[in-house]
Amino acid sequence: MAVSLREYRARIKSTESMKKITRAMELIAASRIIKAQQRAQQAAPYARELTRAVSALATYSDADHPLTTEPENPTKAAILVITSDRGLAGAYSSSVLKEGERLAERLREEGKQITTFIAGRKGEAYFRFRNRPVRESWTGFSDQPQYDNAREIGKALIDAFVDEGDEGVDEVHIVYTRFRSMLVQEPHSVRMLPLEVVEGEEKPPEDEVLPLYEFEPSADEVLDALLPKYVQSRIFYALLQASASELAARQKAMKSATDNAEELIKKFTRIANQARQAGITQEISEIVGGVNALADAQAGSE
Amino acid sequence: MANTMRVALVAADREVWSGEATVVNARTLAGEIGIMANHTPIMSVLAEGQVDVRTVDDGHWVAAIDGGFISVAHNEVSLLCEHAEISHESNYDEAKRLLEEAKARSEAAS
Repeated sequence: MAVSLREYRARIKSTESMKKITRAMELIAASRIIKAQQRAQQAAPYARELTRAVSALATYSDADHPLTTEPENPTKAAILVITSDRGLAGAYSSSVLKEGERLAERLREEGKQITTFIAGRKGEAYFRFRNRPVRESWTGFSDQPQYDNAREIGKALIDAFVDEGDEGVDEVHIVYTRFRSMLVQEPHSVRMLPLEVVEGEEKPPEDEVLPLYEFEPSADEVLDALLPKYVQSRIFYALLQASASELAARQKAMKSATDNAEELIKKFTRIANQARQAGITQEISEIVGGVNALADAQAGSE
Repeated sequence: MANTMRVALVAADREVWSGEATVVNARTLAGEIGIMANHTPIMSVLAEGQVDVRTVDDGHWVAAIDGGFISVAHNEVSLLCEHAEISHESNYDEAKRLLEEAKARSEAAS
């Protein structure tokens, strides 16, 4: 009995240190979420101005651009799945990967070949484990994406899209996790390329008419420079959302891990107390039994 | 008479500066452009280089940008770029250190 009491005590101790760790991770994730949200807010003006410029261009020039033209017969599609670098974030990575699979399935039904791009170590590992080809992957920034990361990814995706050869794709989709609130994050997929005309998305509130811009050097050249940046900014936005979602998911997962550890400690403490009590009871009954036996033996000899 | 305009210098990850200004000078692909209040709406591609802004209170700042856009409308000027470094934020020692580092790197590479 005494042995198992010691065992229980050891288990309580290890659960306690586990609880400390998960609690620390919860707090770290919580403090980082605020930072991630601030970063998303700081990136908003750029995205807003860019969107305005693109919709002005789309409204006032009939310039056609390779990035906005729908291929006549799309047969190849690329999917970028944004996952996390680290685990311990509950179902975060698996649910975004699942959404990616769903999208791939749907595109395959439409008769398209799929090329996969991955951001984040978890997604990379998922595809490597299943021996599935990945065209390109980027890792190491999932909880703090920089604009340069988005630029790199955007460049690769645009290159693949404008490539006319075998390596080229006809459309590009992005799967990421949208940050709704601290409690709700949902995996979400959007078609990034070819770009849909963005009119009406974030219109100025009082329905002001977009000014009649002059374009310098020409509308085509402005569009040429503007659209890749627009794509990159959209990717940056997706990365920021994904990082906020990852942190929120991690905080939630670590909170429940801490709660579970607390429950376990309670349970183990009860069992340990029971074991101790049982040990004491047994000792007493042994002593009493011994005394009785002694008394009986003495009574018999007299 | 409103002879000032709102100017915002926006980098990809933050708003670097915004406020009232009287003159904005920038370099576009087509050449230098100078903008004062009530300029006609224009949208242009900025070349790598510096932006020069005179603010309302006779202040003045310059910023280095890595190319981007300028759009002017409704007496508002937006300068968009991916990275920007503004004069009163940048630090001489830090810039010098970065320059030395870059030099050392390029020497090591060659």
